[in-house]
Amino acid sequence: MSRNRRYPDEIAGPFESPPITFEDRDGREIDIRAHDGSDEEYEALASMYDAFDPADRAQGIPPSEERRIREWLDNILCAECLNVVAWDGQTAAGHATLVPDGDAYELAIFVLQAYQEAGIGTHLMKGLLGYGAESGVEKVWLTVERWNKAAVGLYKKIGFEVSDSESFEMEMGIRLSDGSDEGG
Amino acid sequence: MRILLGIGGADDSLQALARTVERAVEAGDELTVAIIDEGGTERSVEEIESAVTETLEENGVDAEIRYVAGDPGSKLVDVAESEGYDRIVLGGGTTSPMGKIQLGSTAEFVLLNSHVSVTLVR
Ligand SMILES: CC(C)(COP(=O)(O)OP(=O)(O)OC[C@H]1O[C@@H](n2cnc3c(N)ncnc32)[C@H](O)[C@@H]1OP(=O)(O)O)[C@@H](O)C(=O)NCCC(=O)NCCS
Repeated sequence: MSRNRRYPDEIAGPFESPPITFEDRDGREIDIRAHDGSDEEYEALASMYDAFDPADRAQGIPPSEERRIREWLDNILCAECLNVVAWDGQTAAGHATLVPDGDAYELAIFVLQAYQEAGIGTHLMKGLLGYGAESGVEKVWLTVERWNKAAVGLYKKIGFEVSDSESFEMEMGIRLSDGSDEGG
Repeated sequence: MRILLGIGGADDSLQALARTVERAVEAGDELTVAIIDEGGTERSVEEIESAVTETLEENGVDAEIRYVAGDPGSKLVDVAESEGYDRIVLGGGTTSPMGKIQLGSTAEFVLLNSHVSVTLVR
């Protein structure tokens, strides 16, 4: 069951929704698009996670073995899940996901090692939250290991606030809407 | 080995129960099951207890069952250290909707404070 989580009162954003095209800091042209449910995208993501450095795993994800990667992908590419992918041509360079959890969504983001620190995480995150807001998502939470400087830096920069810092993992949240225009 | 298994009402506890009882049969461990009330979990203390007695009976294991009242983490550590247990065994955490492993506060406390070896069952 989803616990009672705290979220900022203030609404973050607005964030641009995908598709978004930009040039990263290494001069690569990157496209950010919402997941289209195709087999090609699924296989591109499976390859990305197969190549993912185990040292960059976060709380057990992505799993490290192909069968488990596919089980996990099936879970986070569910019908109600919201996914965006950063593409360098046919290669999936990064992926961010929102998985439903009661009245909120849990977020995770991964950028392949060779593409990190080039601004892709920032664009991917904004694209995901733009897509989420457009799809009616009100609240987003995540947990992050407190020593994960890159992720904590990215989340704070985007507008996430710490909601629980009592355990090993820090919990953070962001609000995308106050739900007032719901059903309108 | 003298094992102190701490179990609460989440799924990871029941998995730890099954595996620890199996291992006790193989290795001849002397097992004590401490039922902890963490509150807010899927199962009540009575439901946990019936799962425990059932698993013990199925495997023909004779184990002491006790209840830990108060703060579960510190109580488990206290019992293990003051009564000469060799190992504390706990469930290895639940998973979030995303699939992230999340340790409970009991496991966190025990890991950081216990002088007795700790096993988390995955
Ligand atoms: C976290 C992650 C997604 C960031 O992606 P990225 O493409 O490198 O991010 P960006 O280049 O857009 O950087 C965004 C911000 O993150 C922070 N950051 C990124 N790398 C950092 C590093 N090595 N050290 C400190 N801060 C860092 C900075 O605040 C940066 O903002 P800035 O560029 O304005 O300084 C990426 O490092 C990653 O995939 N890590 C492994 C998986 C993971 O831990 N995911 C999060 C948990 S689900």
